[in-house]
Amino acid sequence: MALTLKHLFAVIMLSGAFSLVSAMLFVVMDAVDVAFTEAAVGAGVSTVLMLATMALTVRVQKETKRAIILPLVVVCLVGVLLIYGTLDMPNFGAFDSPAQIHLGSTYLSITYKDMGIPNVVTGILASYRGYDTLGETVVVLTAGLGVILLLSGLKGRKDKE
Amino acid sequence: MDVNLNFIYGHLPYWLFIILMLSGLFIVVSRGNLIKKIVGLNIFQTSVFMFYISIGKMKGGTAPILLDKSADNSAVIYSNPLPHVLILTAIVVGIATTALGLALIIKIREEYDTVEEDDIQKMDQKDLKKYNKKNVLETNS
Repeated sequence: MALTLKHLFAVIMLSGAFSLVSAMLFVVMDAVDVAFTEAAVGAGVSTVLMLATMALTVRVQKETKRAIILPLVVVCLVGVLLIYGTLDMPNFGAFDSPAQIHLGSTYLSITYKDMGIPNVVTGILASYRGYDTLGETVVVLTAGLGVILLLSGLKGRKDKE
Repeated sequence: MDVNLNFIYGHLPYWLFIILMLSGLFIVVSRGNLIKKIVGLNIFQTSVFMFYISIGKMKGGTAPILLDKSADNSAVIYSNPLPHVLILTAIVVGIATTALGLALIIKIREEYDTVEEDDIQKMDQKDLKKYNKKNVLETNS
């Protein structure tokens, strides 16, 4: 749908709906924290940002003729390689996959003793991986600064004209 | 035969996520509109998140929020919390990069008066030709 639609408003709304559906999928796969982050950030903030960009730029996509063969070949090649890569993976939901037997169970058993938080994901995010979260906030700060610098330059130019 | 069917069912989720990822990649590569490219990038990103979460899923498991705080939790099956932690970080970083990309699009539109990649490339080439011609004239005189 996003390929053929000309009106960007519809494209952005569909992208928001896609984010909500993927949040539901995360709930089905037991990742509740990820699900509500995706619903808030992916379907909420991201849609609002895109709508704001659309309001500041253009609403309708221009008709352009672009070659479609080369992208199709590249995409198919990447797909074949990735699917070949999954052939060695354990089954979906398997108990004996390397991801399950290595560290996850350890964290499940020690997080409550160390932190006293029943939500294991929050416990790991805020304490064991605290530095990671600090780095994440630095990334968000940098992106925010970048956006402010880009858009403030824009305003100055408008004043000049 | 039974083993084969088991294998296909066990890997079908991964393949579906890969197909979703490829559709995002296709939008990024084949569409000229920059806002559509950002949408494609978002689809790409979300499908990678789905893939990671699917690795942590355990059959019959539940969300990693402890039900019985005193016991050692061997009676209840919890899905692996580590992919969830990684993806939570990735979602927030993803929205930061999306915001930066959208700000760049606004800036590009201000400078070129278009958000179509083809038009931007045409204008760039025209500018380059003009610049080269000017340089040649200056060196000759």
